[in-house]
Amino acid sequence: MSKHLFLGDEAIAQGALDAGISGVYAYPGTPSTEITEYIQASTEAAESPIHTRWATNEKTAMEAALGMSYVGKRALVCMKHVGMNVAADAFINAGMTGVNGGLVVVAADDPSMHSSQNEQDSRFYADFAFIPVFEPSNQQEAYDMVRKAFDFSEQFNVPVLFRVTTRLAHSRAGVETAPKKGQNNLSYPENSAQFILLPANARRRFKTILSGIPALSEASEKSEFNVYKEGSDKSLGIIACGIAYNYLMENFAGDCRYPVLKISQYPLPEKLIARIADECDAVLVLEEGYPFVEAKIKGLLGRGIVVKGKLDGTLQRDGELTPDSVGAVLGFAPKSEYAMPDVVQMRPPALCQGCGHRDMYDALNNVLREYENPRVFGDIGCYTLGALPPFRAIHSCVDMGASVTMAKGAADGGHFPAVAVIGDSTFTHSGITGLLDCVNENANVTIVISDNETTAMTGGQDSAGTGKIEAICAGVGVDPAHIRVLEPLKKNMESMMDTIREEINYKGVSVLIPRRECIQTLSRKKRSKK
Amino acid sequence: MKTDIILSGVGGQGILSIAAVIGEAAVSNNLYMKQAEVHGMSQRGGDVQSNLRISDSPIASDLIPLGKADLIISLEPMEALRYLPYLSKQGWLVTNSVPFINISNYPAPEQVMAEIDKLPRKIVLDVEKIAKEVGSARTANIVMLGASSPFLGIDYAQIEAGVRYIFGKKGDAIVSLNLKALEAGRKVAETLM
Ligand SMILES: Cc1ncc(C[n+]2csc(CCOP(=O)(O)OP(=O)(O)O)c2C)c(N)n1
Ligand code: SF4
Repeated sequence: MSKHLFLGDEAIAQGALDAGISGVYAYPGTPSTEITEYIQASTEAAESPIHTRWATNEKTAMEAALGMSYVGKRALVCMKHVGMNVAADAFINAGMTGVNGGLVVVAADDPSMHSSQNEQDSRFYADFAFIPVFEPSNQQEAYDMVRKAFDFSEQFNVPVLFRVTTRLAHSRAGVETAPKKGQNNLSYPENSAQFILLPANARRRFKTILSGIPALSEASEKSEFNVYKEGSDKSLGIIACGIAYNYLMENFAGDCRYPVLKISQYPLPEKLIARIADECDAVLVLEEGYPFVEAKIKGLLGRGIVVKGKLDGTLQRDGELTPDSVGAVLGFAPKSEYAMPDVVQMRPPALCQGCGHRDMYDALNNVLREYENPRVFGDIGCYTLGALPPFRAIHSCVDMGASVTMAKGAADGGHFPAVAVIGDSTFTHSGITGLLDCVNENANVTIVISDNETTAMTGGQDSAGTGKIEAICAGVGVDPAHIRVLEPLKKNMESMMDTIREEINYKGVSVLIPRRECIQTLSRKKRSKK
Repeated sequence: MKTDIILSGVGGQGILSIAAVIGEAAVSNNLYMKQAEVHGMSQRGGDVQSNLRISDSPIASDLIPLGKADLIISLEPMEALRYLPYLSKQGWLVTNSVPFINISNYPAPEQVMAEIDKLPRKIVLDVEKIAKEVGSARTANIVMLGASSPFLGIDYAQIEAGVRYIFGKKGDAIVSLNLKALEAGRKVAETLM
């Protein structure tokens, strides 16, 4: 037993190590990145063989972890919420196969969009896939519940979705750890048809999965993480999920006068919910993200119980919960003593001074001014900041890889010039298949792969394509004469502009690769060498 | 004992290095602690903040409610003002006086100072200047910590121990330089309190 000051992410990582994982499979994404980074830096990983290398994207991560589970070992998968979209095919079908070794998938949701394109709620994926969810309320629970989740996964032969939100992932608190478990030995699925989802097998599997739901529900009723707390004032019963429980307790200084049902394990404990509904005049649901539980409960109860939450406007539908938003609903009006003075201005993030993306955008903007109606389809990474002044260089940012395919669609529709700007890590994550589409139709697009030889946005993780970008493009079929490497530096402005102009005017697929290492990654490397 | 602190500044200034020492001091004092950090998009020169809560009883929320912060520690004066809605009536503001100007619409520095002057309880100091006098501009954040130390609710000796622990790996010279920086910051606070 020892006590540590852990980020929520680190608590999950240590919990997984102590549960005896043989591998972590992940693609970086805020707020999930620190889980894998912690495992990579751990003594456990140095001493015993644990797979820790970053995957190319969330789908490859999910599938590799399923393969590790197939041979009986425990595997952890980590991603941010939008990564679930990329992994969804594998995730949902892993719900169909079930597991052999324990398989836990961490999805880190980002309500309020601190670093994301949307606020999607990963619990819906689990519901869709008949996969149970564990949602810790604090760092200690995160540690304890990950360990429990691996046991649970093996006991019930299901993957477990482990859902956290930004505030838990990125907040530090004291955590007590428990003795470590060793890794599983190799073992193979008893039923050879389990992982072969041919229709005939899949139909049988689906019946097995459906018949297993009552046992999962029963486990939720009995879970030590789903707690019913009595309260004297029955005018309201409060259901608080995950971290929302903390905001509730903050307002009551730990002593709530209403009955409270804390939910941290799903499928929903219907009996406990019926109990709070029976005992109270109305039910208030506090949950981060979408009104998932609220909507379900309305269906479950279906008998005129008043359910308050995000659907009826009691709580704001968008944005994360705060102690203040929860307090306001319970009659504790938030009180500021001082206002923010009007002189305070917004201070948005910006590309670092000296960043290669800056020189790339300067050159691109200079050339595109020569054209009537240029459109630049952007992508996701540090270079997305090129949307802001002074560059205002991109017209879209949607999902990883979309720059290449949106440029293609625009070109297909007759637009010229259609330019895509994508980072090296995003290109290998989801851009390669789109480039193949471009090549197969000889689309008139110019693809800029701004290669800083790292995954910078998320803190500088290794990038899967480093040293291979030209070979990948040529392998996909881009004419090597139109794969042009540039060095994005002020002094090269004229020659960069000339090359960019030539390739925009070339009718067909061209790839420009401005390449200069991210200065942050570079200086981190220098520091660690010292 | 319970102290709710908001640390603020601009991405890259290193507010978390201050939090690390306070955290170490809190934990070795057997206090409860929660610290919500900012990672990701907001770090590249944008505004950053961290909520740090220490208490001798368990802490529920990772976030500090509006009007409840006992202390704002800011490495940048305009960033200090951004979080005033969180400051309690009796709360203290400890801020660096030198603006970090990386946006074109940064207000006139006198206007920022005029707003800070309106507050009843504040410590305003040029941490970099003091750090240079101590011996190295790199100790600026520890000067800031020193200036905040009277308001943390933790014994000064514990904070010194935290500094020793955090910088221990870097050798005795660095430790004593940072202890001097801590002391210099504290002296400024004591004369302005
Ligand atoms: C599906 C998905 N996974 C992960 C992320 C998080 N994410 C945003 S940008 C990025 C990487 C960007 O790397 P790169 O394309 O090389 O650009 P750089 O930041 O290095 O400029 C990641 C991992 C995301 N937004 N969507
Ligand atoms: S972190 Fe690297 S890639 Fe991102 S803006 Fe800074 S220098 Fe550019």
